[in-house]
Amino acid sequence: MSKMQSLMGWVDARFPATKMWKEHLSEYYAPKNFNFWYFFGSLALLVLVLQIVTGIFLTMNYKPDAEMAFASVEYIMRDVEWGWLIRYLHSTGASAFFIVVYLHMFRGLMYGSYKKPRELIWIFGMLIYVALMAEAFMGYLLPWGQMSYWGAQVIISLFGTIPFGLGEPISEWIRGDFVVADATLNRFFAFHVIAVPLILLMLVVAHIIALHEVGSNNPDGVDIKKNKDANGIPKDGIPFHPYYTVKDIVGVIVFLILFSMVLFFVPDLWGWFLEKDNFVPADPLKTPEHIVPLWYFTPFYAILRAVPPILNSQFPGVAAMGLAIVVLFLVPWLDRSPVRSIRYRGGLYKIALAVFVVSFLVLGWLGTQPAGGIYLTLSQIFSIVYFAFFILMPWYTSIDKTKPVPERVTDK
Amino acid sequence: MSKEGVDLGKRRFLTATTAVVGGAGVAAAIIPFVTYMTPSAKARAAGAPVEVDISKLEPGKKMTVEWRKKPVWIVRRTDQNMTDLVALNDKMADPQSTVPQQPAYVKGEARSIKPEFMVMVGLCTHLGCSPTFKPEMGAASGHGADWKGGFYCPCHGSTFDLSGRVYAGVPAPTNLIVPPHKYLTDTTILIGIDQEGAA
Repeated sequence: MSKMQSLMGWVDARFPATKMWKEHLSEYYAPKNFNFWYFFGSLALLVLVLQIVTGIFLTMNYKPDAEMAFASVEYIMRDVEWGWLIRYLHSTGASAFFIVVYLHMFRGLMYGSYKKPRELIWIFGMLIYVALMAEAFMGYLLPWGQMSYWGAQVIISLFGTIPFGLGEPISEWIRGDFVVADATLNRFFAFHVIAVPLILLMLVVAHIIALHEVGSNNPDGVDIKKNKDANGIPKDGIPFHPYYTVKDIVGVIVFLILFSMVLFFVPDLWGWFLEKDNFVPADPLKTPEHIVPLWYFTPFYAILRAVPPILNSQFPGVAAMGLAIVVLFLVPWLDRSPVRSIRYRGGLYKIALAVFVVSFLVLGWLGTQPAGGIYLTLSQIFSIVYFAFFILMPWYTSIDKTKPVPERVTDK
Repeated sequence: MSKEGVDLGKRRFLTATTAVVGGAGVAAAIIPFVTYMTPSAKARAAGAPVEVDISKLEPGKKMTVEWRKKPVWIVRRTDQNMTDLVALNDKMADPQSTVPQQPAYVKGEARSIKPEFMVMVGLCTHLGCSPTFKPEMGAASGHGADWKGGFYCPCHGSTFDLSGRVYAGVPAPTNLIVPPHKYLTDTTILIGIDQEGAA
């Protein structure tokens, strides 16, 4: 026995290192027909690590103080060695995170990856998405620019619309003051760097453990565990390592090329990743002319604005926005189709999913436009389309004509 | 493990009481953590009244002062503005200010102690953005030919007139808040203290 082997033997007798390596990598059998859409899970993990590492370095120079925050970010950008790189990695990484996660979620909708027995994977994934939104929202306050300030003011005011006199105390409790102030900045910093990342990490672990318990879905939606060879290994499965680790490295390289193009040439992506008003220090007395959240929140923002006040209360709009996220949690139970993958579903689901994607993108664009007029009417129409996708799902998935699902995965 | 000779009833009782007492302890321990996040004594004390000199404010103009970290606007209105306010009544959600968004001594279309000077908190009643002053009349304002001057919220498109009354059919549900205020002299206002002898 080599020295290395005996060392591993010593460790394994005390900690299941080899067992875990086998369970999750070298003997985790993933379907052999993964395609392009299966890059985004590992890419999300990569971006998470990137955000944690760059975040740690940013905290070395950032000051969570209303008087100093804006200047400390500019200090990082101008005076700290390589500070601009670390900061742009973090700000570009935030948007990249959402791009990757949205594509990852779309993959789930396309191939029915949330269907039995993967409901909990989807729920954990949705919780990650919600935690990610909280993380992004609180992180955006930290530079203490105009958009940071007024964005936080608007989002915290959402809680102020809760009826029965609870709204104002709740929003004061969140802010720690009567308006967004130093206390708010300080606590958002605490949540952004400690609380939410911890929750995110634990949810990611839960997401992966649940996935490895039931096994990965695939573009055919075929259950590969039904066809095992004499050793109990799925015939259509290949070990995650080295096959998919190597495949994912290709994805990582392509991703990093695109990421670097934004990072080094247009770090603000013409106002989509960093808004120009946020290069102006926060001014509690003046709202910028045109205030919009960052692109990853705009679909929900458009839904918020689409609902008019009812009975002198703006709570219905807030409730609609919340519901737009809640319905996503329910997808595993709304979908009544006997098949998973879009490849074997009928035209109805294909049309519904396409219309949903269009409505999500259009709402995202509308959320960046001024409120009122034609934009408002369009927001209302597309909000209805957005909800129709979910509300009508039990109906159109149960009457949809499906094709027979093959026994084994296909080579497409 | 054998359950022989075990008093299951007693065990259940002990488990339940331990859980209840422990749960009560955890619940009590949460209170300081939750209360920790409410506005501190310092934040609560920062709401001192603000004295404002309005002698240099010209007709048709607006000035902004800070009170309790919120923007407070003072708009000096012209006679034309005052006539327009009455004409706008049927476009307003709450033309006579019946919803208590103002002290009792401020009433009607004018919503002010002295009609000329309108004092209000410059935060939209929708989601707390600070609306933009649009004093231009008519189409030049970008709000249609009927615009008589007022405020436009850039966040969600709510509009208000020069009394801070909300237009009907916009996201904001109520008129802008009028803070408690009083005149110390003809040209100084104290914001944060109610008018004496006010009903």
